[in-house]
Amino acid sequence: MIQSYDSANKNQPLIATDRAGQLLEQPAIDRIWALLDEVPDPEVPVVSVVDLGIVRDLSWEGEQLVVTLTPTYSGCPATEFIEDAIRDALHGAGIGNLRLQQRLAPAWTTDWITEAGREKLRQYGIAPPVGSASKRTLLGEEPDVACPQCGSHDTVQVSEFGSTACKALYRCNSCLEPFDYFKCI
Amino acid sequence: MTQNQALFEYLLRLGDSDMVLGQRLCELVGNAPALEEEMAIGNVALDLIGQARSWLTLAAEVASAAEIEGAGRSADDLAFTRDERAYRNLLLVEQANGNFADTMARQYLFDAWHFHLLSALSHSADERIAAIAAKGLKEVTYHLRRSSAWIKRLGDGTDESHAKMQEALDEIWTYSGEMFIGDEVDTLLSEAGIGADLAALHNLWKADVQAVFAEATLTCPSMDEYMQRGSKKGLHTEQLGFLLAEMQFLPRAYPGASW
Repeated sequence: MIQSYDSANKNQPLIATDRAGQLLEQPAIDRIWALLDEVPDPEVPVVSVVDLGIVRDLSWEGEQLVVTLTPTYSGCPATEFIEDAIRDALHGAGIGNLRLQQRLAPAWTTDWITEAGREKLRQYGIAPPVGSASKRTLLGEEPDVACPQCGSHDTVQVSEFGSTACKALYRCNSCLEPFDYFKCI
Repeated sequence: MTQNQALFEYLLRLGDSDMVLGQRLCELVGNAPALEEEMAIGNVALDLIGQARSWLTLAAEVASAAEIEGAGRSADDLAFTRDERAYRNLLLVEQANGNFADTMARQYLFDAWHFHLLSALSHSADERIAAIAAKGLKEVTYHLRRSSAWIKRLGDGTDESHAKMQEALDEIWTYSGEMFIGDEVDTLLSEAGIGADLAALHNLWKADVQAVFAEATLTCPSMDEYMQRGSKKGLHTEQLGFLLAEMQFLPRAYPGASW
């Protein structure tokens, strides 16, 4: 018997397969959520694809696992990379029969980023999105962004767009460090 | 004209305008006046090319399902193997980058139209169109916020920036009217609740540009001026051929090439 292990708990087999790679038992959906929570976003590796809210749904259709994904930005170059990473992780855990499907509506929003994800972003030096995505946030006044380094609210936007489409470039007037801000969409 | 033929045509127009403007903006990567602007321009281009991909993928699906012209072609085939006369992008977006004021004038007139268009299409009776529009709208809101800020900053800046911004606006203006000139395709889809109502769109756009120009201390050119047209029939300015030649070179020279 070949066993794959949950990296968080190495004594517990996650998914058991026989030598032909056939699943001996269908793993529970919450175990698969935990597994995908280990798959990092390629551009911001401290957060997982689950933290970001990209994985919307997991379900078994008979023998096949169906993974529903909502891509972030229309032109995000990481979309295919993320799909491959998810496929790799599931194959590695012995789940060979799977189908990835894209769901466009409702459109991805930063509101779906988990609390844990927001905290990880902050520790990584990226200010998490402030407030929730609404037209007022988008067209209205500048958000009150706290510096992820020193916590000061005395910050200024340097550029509407940063190193990736999802971020804007800010600078802290207190500690003078530049930082990325994860925009609300 | 059947509804599917109209839909295919409509999706090409949406996809081509995004594609061509995205490609134009890419010319500024490595070439923009400031690093922050280069990143912004590159990100806007990326959003537009991503949206073009969504529209052209849907166009390919519609064509194949209805077995109309273009059936069996993929989004890549549509982008990389159609000639100039088969492209349906607005004349506005194929215009050259010029100086930074020219780039921003073109961008702002387009963004203001794009924002209201996608707002309308996010309520389309065709849920595939509504989904792509709702997603794109979030991105385009940031594009509009940035380009309108630049119009105000340059217009209400120094004498020189004001003069250049006004000149850029006067120069590109003749290509703005086409966004609101409808044809059979627009009428058919607007009546079916699938496409946008161009008259309503024009009113929203006018109110937006007049408010921004007033704040930017710029003179809004006359809405009654003669406007260039032709893209809906594939009649383009001399600018598009060069752009497509560069964009399509690789897949035409090496068909089926992949990374």
